[in-house]
Amino acid sequence: MPIQYYIYLCLVLFSIGIIGVLTRRNAIIVFMCVELMLNAVNLLLVAFSKMHHAAALTLNPAATTGIEGQLFVFFIMVVAAAEVSVGLAIIVMLYRNTHSVDINFLNRLKN
Amino acid sequence: MSTTEILFYFLSALAVFSAIMVLVSKSPVHSVLWLIVVFFTISGHYVLLNAQFLAIVNLIVYAGAIMVLFLFVIMLMNLNTQTEPQKHIWMKLAGVISGGCFLMVLISLVRQAGDMQGKTALMKTGNIGLIGNLGKALFQDYVVPFEITSVLFLSAMVGAVVIGKK
Repeated sequence: MPIQYYIYLCLVLFSIGIIGVLTRRNAIIVFMCVELMLNAVNLLLVAFSKMHHAAALTLNPAATTGIEGQLFVFFIMVVAAAEVSVGLAIIVMLYRNTHSVDINFLNRLKN
Repeated sequence: MSTTEILFYFLSALAVFSAIMVLVSKSPVHSVLWLIVVFFTISGHYVLLNAQFLAIVNLIVYAGAIMVLFLFVIMLMNLNTQTEPQKHIWMKLAGVISGGCFLMVLISLVRQAGDMQGKTALMKTGNIGLIGNLGKALFQDYVVPFEITSVLFLSAMVGAVVIGKK
């Protein structure tokens, strides 16, 4: 499959995530759109890893070129899991203080 | 058109449709369920690319753990009874336009990139995504970052408990 198709698909998913962050006011949905953007990047990293692997296989059939991309995706998933646990704790605290998850309440941080 | 291409187009269309449904759903619970569909389609893409370890980890970590956490939080807050305050329609329009401009700029960039012409991603073959090869690379060359992630998890766990306790 040409690599451009994967790039277009990931760009569309990433842009949908950006539009979600910009247009929604529910903090949980904003957070879910961030997860969507992370997943688009993960898919693109795996596609690029397979692209480099295909190029290296023609030179050396036993090459493991491109395995770093998939390990990077693994580490991104680990960081995303840690990020979600802390982020949801912050959202729960926000809800406990304001009885709402509207992100416009967070603009008190600027004072 | 081969089976792989049909599966690729089907999974891509389903992923984009579910991602849009995440945005336009009124209830947060429906958004979470549509996001799980997106994660399943991305796992399908990983299987098509023969990255089987990542496909399973994506299902277990994202669709299994993270989304259950989201569902717990939403149901604990009882959010689906109250209506979400909406942004002003002009703000929404500005968000959609800026996201669309971002998409257009990047697509035109990719169309002109000479490095990407004629390159293909290897489908269904290639064994770098199997758990044996990934495990060898992870525990030989990348063992220090792997151990550091355990410290990161510990600090995230302590942080979540400290934030959530008071």
